[in-house]
Amino acid sequence: MQVLYFAWVRERIGVPREAVETEAATVADLVADLIAREDRYAAAFADLSALRVALDQELAEFDAPLAGVREVAFFPPMTGG
Amino acid sequence: MRIAVQAESFDLGAEANAFAAGVAGAGAVVTFTGVVRDLPEGGLQAMEIEHYPGMTQKAITAIAEEATQRWGLCDLLVIHRYGRLAPGEAIMMVATAAAHRAAAFEAAEFLMDYLKSRAPFWKKEITTAGGDWVAAKDADEAALDRW
Repeated sequence: MQVLYFAWVRERIGVPREAVETEAATVADLVADLIAREDRYAAAFADLSALRVALDQELAEFDAPLAGVREVAFFPPMTGG
Repeated sequence: MRIAVQAESFDLGAEANAFAAGVAGAGAVVTFTGVVRDLPEGGLQAMEIEHYPGMTQKAITAIAEEATQRWGLCDLLVIHRYGRLAPGEAIMMVATAAAHRAAAFEAAEFLMDYLKSRAPFWKKEITTAGGDWVAAKDADEAALDRW
């Protein structure tokens, strides 16, 4: 799946998007999988309460299943307007 | 209904006039414009606005459709910019047209509250000291409760 990062999440991880191969069943499992890979993910995902997630461009929860999802995006709370 | 997500600046007067001229049956047109404000201590060089291209248009459209339905709007317009903006530049505008002013005002406020925390934009304040991401405020999230 494609995983996208925005704002300071993107800066901490160092790339705006990447293809990730994972067996993760939920968003939380994917986060755990990424954190286990490299420190930069641990730095970005240190506090999940400071993050939001979108699945295929719709806001979702961290316990949401990833079955059939093609695009996951992680970002801080939005500041539009 | 027109929703524009763009890097280019826009002409507030021209947009408001074109919007008002294009609506039939409206007795009230409300416009709101958000402007890049300098920091309280001064020194803001620019505001960088990042967005999520695939999601932005969809998220704003969903918010706009809800507003149109809830307040029976004749029409609405949302323009939101991204990229690097200087202090004093307009970031975005909302215009609503309805039969009566209460609906036009309320729908504009609803749109602003939702755009603030549900449209995928992130602001970074650039000063000589570097860049700071603007943090979302609890009050912005709480503002959604009244709707």
